[in-house]
Amino acid sequence: MSHATVLYDLPGPRARRRNRVINVVSVVAIAALIAYVGYRFWATGQFEARKWEQFQYAAVQRELLDGYLATLKAAGIAAVLALLFGAVFAAARLSDHWILRAPAAFVVETFRAIPLLILIFFGYYIPLQYGWPLDKLWALIIGLTLYNGSVLAEIFRAGISAVPRGQSEAAYALGMRKGQVLRLILLPQAVRATLPAIVSQLVVLLKDTALGFIITYPELLFVGKQIGGRLAFGLPYVPTYLVVAAIYIATCGLLSLLAWWLQRRMGHVRSAARPRRGAAMDGSGAPQSE
Amino acid sequence: MDDFLRVLTDNWDIFATGFTTTIKLFLVAAVGSLVGGTLLGAMRVSPVPALRAFGAVYVNLIRNTPLTLVFAFLVFAVPKLEVSIGYFTSACIALIAYTSAFVCEVVRSGINTVPAGQAEAARALGMTYIQVLSTVVLPQAVRSMVPPLVSVLIAMLKNTTIAAGFSVLEAGAIPAYLSERGEPQFAVLIWITIGFLILIIPLVLLQRFLERKWAFAR
Repeated sequence: MSHATVLYDLPGPRARRRNRVINVVSVVAIAALIAYVGYRFWATGQFEARKWEQFQYAAVQRELLDGYLATLKAAGIAAVLALLFGAVFAAARLSDHWILRAPAAFVVETFRAIPLLILIFFGYYIPLQYGWPLDKLWALIIGLTLYNGSVLAEIFRAGISAVPRGQSEAAYALGMRKGQVLRLILLPQAVRATLPAIVSQLVVLLKDTALGFIITYPELLFVGKQIGGRLAFGLPYVPTYLVVAAIYIATCGLLSLLAWWLQRRMGHVRSAARPRRGAAMDGSGAPQSE
Repeated sequence: MDDFLRVLTDNWDIFATGFTTTIKLFLVAAVGSLVGGTLLGAMRVSPVPALRAFGAVYVNLIRNTPLTLVFAFLVFAVPKLEVSIGYFTSACIALIAYTSAFVCEVVRSGINTVPAGQAEAARALGMTYIQVLSTVVLPQAVRSMVPPLVSVLIAMLKNTTIAAGFSVLEAGAIPAYLSERGEPQFAVLIWITIGFLILIIPLVLLQRFLERKWAFAR
């Protein structure tokens, strides 16, 4: 939040006093909310040592690690395949030939509209019914690839279309061929502009591997359910899910941070490369959003 | 082809119940997350630091948590806190808690797209605070919010299928039921896809319509 916002004027002495009162009241309210949650945890014995001691055992840590690695494995393979899928279909949608454009548009639009879980079910129930030996990992990967690949295809396409027309016209005028224009002029600029969006989509992909839980692929969330369901430790669902959530939030948070950092970096590069004229006319000097 | 149609007509009861539950879930969660997201968004742009911090922490935690984990927490962990909620209610709460974070971001960036100069000009013309908000700032903000809001709602509609993994008989749970009846799964899944397309296409058309109707130059 900077100094000027559209919503309210700079607060004067009275407004500042009022804001301070509201601030104190909100702090109290938020503290009360946290205290209540803490009390419920305490009242239902969530802080008992018995519920947490599992996490000291090497075997349980191993289990969590295996789950985490299974999650990363699915996310990693699906990310590579989705990037490939996205590149191919974005290229097809940008083609000059309708025979490539039309089917690619159909595929991309359809897979974006189908719920991801249903796509995963295509890879799960059909082999199950006909007895094809398809691993659950691959059912998950197929779903993730088709869905995220389609979304990525749209991101790539938007990135390439957003490169100013003059860039490709200038390249054609220099005598470059279509492939050269795409490879040397459009792609480098498009990748730079869309990298933050691509990383954000990969965070979404990583989060969506948790759907593997529903088809009983032994990823992190599935392992969490097993650890949480142990009667001997008093069914420690709450502690386990808190641990699992912390792992997901840390992993995705780091990737989101990377996206944010890239966005800032790329933003600087772009605004520096822009001609000064536009900035002077704009007056505000605000960075380009989107 | 006959076989394909038969899958739908023979199991019409399950398809009808499933999609009715999906629509119910969608409507409840849509209203809930629009209200919740707007409140959160208001917190994030408010002049009160505590509310801004709360909004920011909530949004960043939720956006980095898989929705499936939110569902699992509500269905398996919350009963251990001796709070009893039904499966359908849990699903609604999970969807609302998750989607609100995304609605909040749309609301916030919608407000941020309005240049501060607009409000300053309105103030210079002698408008009161209420007039500035209601005739200058919010109309512009809302227009730029609506298309991304519809996208968030479409994503939420697709996310309702996750409730299938947590004992709610909605459209996503149909394959599990019909798998027991031994129906050809390919046909079942295609019918579910068609069902979702029927639900989603009007939303997409609405989005395009509003985008065109409310286009304004800046």
